[in-house]
Amino acid sequence: MKANTPSERLLNGIIKENPTFVLMLGMCPTLAVTTSAVNGIGMGLTTTAVLAASNLLISLLRKFIPDGVRMPAFIVVVASFVTIVQMLLEGFLPALYASLGLYIPLIVVNCIILGRAEAYASKNPPLPSLFDGIGMGLGFTLSITCIGAVRELIGAGQLFGHQILPLADAAAGKMGYEPITIFILAPGAFFVLALLAAIQNKFKLGAAKRGIDPSNPDKCGGACASCGNSMCKGGKHQ
Amino acid sequence: MKELMLIIVGSALVNNVVLSQFLGLCPFLGVSKKTETAAGMGGAVIFVITLSSFVTGVIYQFILIPAHMEYLQTIVFILVIAALVQFVEMFLKKAMPSLYQALGVYLPLITTNCAVLGVALINVQKEYNILQGTVNGFATAVGFTLSIIVMAGIREKIEYNDIPEAFRGFPIVLITAGLMAIAFFGFSGLI
Repeated sequence: MKANTPSERLLNGIIKENPTFVLMLGMCPTLAVTTSAVNGIGMGLTTTAVLAASNLLISLLRKFIPDGVRMPAFIVVVASFVTIVQMLLEGFLPALYASLGLYIPLIVVNCIILGRAEAYASKNPPLPSLFDGIGMGLGFTLSITCIGAVRELIGAGQLFGHQILPLADAAAGKMGYEPITIFILAPGAFFVLALLAAIQNKFKLGAAKRGIDPSNPDKCGGACASCGNSMCKGGKHQ
Repeated sequence: MKELMLIIVGSALVNNVVLSQFLGLCPFLGVSKKTETAAGMGGAVIFVITLSSFVTGVIYQFILIPAHMEYLQTIVFILVIAALVQFVEMFLKKAMPSLYQALGVYLPLITTNCAVLGVALINVQKEYNILQGTVNGFATAVGFTLSIIVMAGIREKIEYNDIPEAFRGFPIVLITAGLMAIAFFGFSGLI
């Protein structure tokens, strides 16, 4: 596939350079808001909106921003979009706004956004930059929704707010699932991410032993395999 | 006075910035290999967060509120913090070279530490006045320093342990952090 076309950029963000699982960027929101799958989607899409808009604008302005002040300029652009998105959420989705709380303004310091601005948007034309932002954002959304779903399922027996595993009720003598509450509390975030990183290591080690370069993205080495193989199948068509 | 004590205990131990709010994870995972560097980072963070929560508090109270521009807080705070870190770096280099030698390398890293912006925003959210905000900033930074030094101590010991191959490096550090977070739950009875 040709480089810098919109579809190549989308796939690159979602699979090849998935910001959470491959690049390990933006850990703060990844751990903090993934107490449920719905929160994960909300945070992911909010970040996607900011990322796409800021990538587009930075790419349009790339010839006008002097090199010396480019970081502060990027920060101002990103912070403006975060403020806009924050006001929109407060107005139209107050429930999501309340559950994400402090972490919406903190999107400003999410290293995915400044990283893409610096590494891609400041050097490429607007259209690929826009799709780079959308791709990276969707990759981020997918991974934090996966983490959120795992934590919600183990920690509360629910998925997207629906009770999947029937809960045990000792008083009624009903057998069922005993939720491991620690998984929706702070330590659970660390444990789930540790397991995902370990799975990714395992794949890399296995690939290295078979003599395959572990950095080869086409092999889909890494934790995306743990989120269902759908992503991997998509990746192999390249 | 009692209220300030509550803020200190609450921010430093009960709602530990790293282990329960997940702010400042990058330096927590990245700079915690040795106890000395962890302590250096902690010192720099205490210095910058205390100063920045004071400065952002002053700006919020005396500029943004009178001008009815509270909605600009995110933009203003991040710029103030970035400028402040630059300024502190230059000032320390000139005025206190010995302190600069100890903290210098860590200062540029701090701008990207989301704990700094996080504290400034929490101060606004909880409607702290300038004194309370500064105390809250100091306590939060002390909590960060405490956890990063404990983490570095554990990691120095872990080096010699026999860890399954796949768990070496990043995963075992995260599991350690998770266990520390469980331990910090014990403080929640304090307030």
